[in-house]
Amino acid sequence: MAIQPWLQISYGADGSSYTKPYMIQTIRERKGLQLFGLMLPGGFWLIAFFLLPLAMIAFISVFRDGQFTLDGYQQSFEDVYITLFQRSIWISFVTTVAALLISYPVAVLMARLPKEWRNPAVFLVMIPFWTNFLVRTYALQFLMRNQGPINSLLLSLGLIQEPLTMLNTYGAVLVGLIYGNLPFMILPLYSSLEKFDWTMIEAANDLGANTARAFLRVMLPLTAPGVLAGSILTFVPSIGTYVTAELMGGGQASMIGRAIAGKFEQGADWTFGSAMSLLLMVIVTAFALIYFRVGRGERVAL
Amino acid sequence: MSDFAVEMRDVTKAFGDVIAVDHVTMAIKHKEFFAMLGPSGCGKTTSLRMIAGFEQPTGGEIAIDGKNAGNTPPFQRDVNTVFQSYALFPHMTVAQNVAFGLEMKGTPKTDVVRRVSEALDLVRLPQLANRYPKQMSGGQQQRVALARALVNRPKVLLLDEPLGALDAKLRKEMQVELKTLQREVGITFIFVTHDQEEALTMSDRIAVFNRGQVLQAGTPLEIYERPNCRFVADFIGETNFLDGKVTDVSGDFATIDVGGRPFTGRVNGDIHAGVDATLSVRPEKMQLAEKQPSGPNTYEVLVNSIGYVGSDTRIIVALGPRQLDVWEQNSHSTLDPNYFFRPGEKAWLTFSRDNALVLSN
Repeated sequence: MAIQPWLQISYGADGSSYTKPYMIQTIRERKGLQLFGLMLPGGFWLIAFFLLPLAMIAFISVFRDGQFTLDGYQQSFEDVYITLFQRSIWISFVTTVAALLISYPVAVLMARLPKEWRNPAVFLVMIPFWTNFLVRTYALQFLMRNQGPINSLLLSLGLIQEPLTMLNTYGAVLVGLIYGNLPFMILPLYSSLEKFDWTMIEAANDLGANTARAFLRVMLPLTAPGVLAGSILTFVPSIGTYVTAELMGGGQASMIGRAIAGKFEQGADWTFGSAMSLLLMVIVTAFALIYFRVGRGERVAL
Repeated sequence: MSDFAVEMRDVTKAFGDVIAVDHVTMAIKHKEFFAMLGPSGCGKTTSLRMIAGFEQPTGGEIAIDGKNAGNTPPFQRDVNTVFQSYALFPHMTVAQNVAFGLEMKGTPKTDVVRRVSEALDLVRLPQLANRYPKQMSGGQQQRVALARALVNRPKVLLLDEPLGALDAKLRKEMQVELKTLQREVGITFIFVTHDQEEALTMSDRIAVFNRGQVLQAGTPLEIYERPNCRFVADFIGETNFLDGKVTDVSGDFATIDVGGRPFTGRVNGDIHAGVDATLSVRPEKMQLAEKQPSGPNTYEVLVNSIGYVGSDTRIIVALGPRQLDVWEQNSHSTLDPNYFFRPGEKAWLTFSRDNALVLSN
């Protein structure tokens, strides 16, 4: 029997052969040249825009004035910069916890809405997400200015005598980060909670657990994938934040992202900057690995 | 110890405009296997949930072992529930699931281990202690749910459609097992079902619900042989209904005129001469004969069809404009060529007035 050129022979689980149209063979069934051809577009992108720049940065981080040097790394371990790293990590941590505390109840509310209201709710959460991040941060900055709407309202109500200085503080950066990351926290949580079987809570209650214990022993463990996903999505980008730190913190709230950027601007020290970038990447990768270990294969679709 | 394990005293539950439970009063005895039976949406599940504490009555009160439960939350009631979906905790092993209630009470570790092991022996699943719920079959999951509830030694066990998710064969097995379990454990079981056969087989007493009200509560025999209204007679088993007007009432019996033909049956309900009523007689209580027998309730009928079901024969006959079902047990060999009536033949239908009921509409 002649095999049509657009059909391939495949083998079923029991060893019997059958034909499949060319196009729907799985990756595993493809061989050699076909495999290479399919991977070319994605592979090219990854290499050109990720691996190559990464390699360049790694290269730059160990060369200064044409000489091999580990100065860049040494400088990164100076007190000033260690403090900067620590502060950035701490702020990200606080951001994550605060975002979690705000988002969990919101996600619960959304998950318990009648079916027809859920998609609109998700839509509402995502709308700010589609607005340009810079624009959103500027809007927040505008709100919190000394002459901004919040201060004006408080002054006119007589609650304060002088405008509150909210901007150019670490607090402002926190607010900016929390606000910016809320969709990243709410949506994975909602995804986990939507699948949650609320009868579990009734069962826990029936067996003697009050609301708090039912939450800790049943609800939290079962929504852990969502919590972890949201946490990583919030924590990792926040460490290296640049725009938020710049707009909300001015010059007063220095974080590692700004420090690195500074090294690539005037007074440039690319070696140093690259070294710090790589170190930051290592830290971030470490946290991401922890997530994958703890997640234990229970992934939430992001 | 009070007289009753659970009492519902004039309990009403309204969800907005919908009245799910309508002034229900019921008393369930200690160590009773009690069924709440009825079609979907009749209020039986809502009643069960109120006993468990998941819903609060809008009127009336629920007493558990004599004490008004008030708005005590479920975790403070000495009552445990087996849910329809089992609701086993997927992130815990079977042993951890069963131990949960004991841990909530602060039982010491050694006792927990012992009692979990006893509970698993009780439901005959000792070897699966370290499995996860998703690794088990539906029947096994149900047993874990039972163990998880019973290990706490509650005063009352509530079961919400426990056999609904099981296949027919497993269901029959579990009916027997649940009954045996209840006797072994010696506590009150209250279960909700829409399957009347199940209720008849397993329960000591049944409460028949419809539209939020309890229409009748009694033993399976009482419910089956003496239904007090048309709904109960219809919902439980099969029956023939003949509508007509009551012409005479004397003592326990009444005569009802159905399209010109008088029938006599036991009185059940508000029956006096002149009212519209229904005669209810079950198919297995009727007999067909070739020759006219004596006695009341005897009429000539036309045989319409014969249905052979192996152990019984189900015959549909016509009495004037009405069709009636007659069931006869095949106590003799059906291979006899003259055994069956043939469609189109005439026969004599009769039944005892003891086996018929005149019900008010």
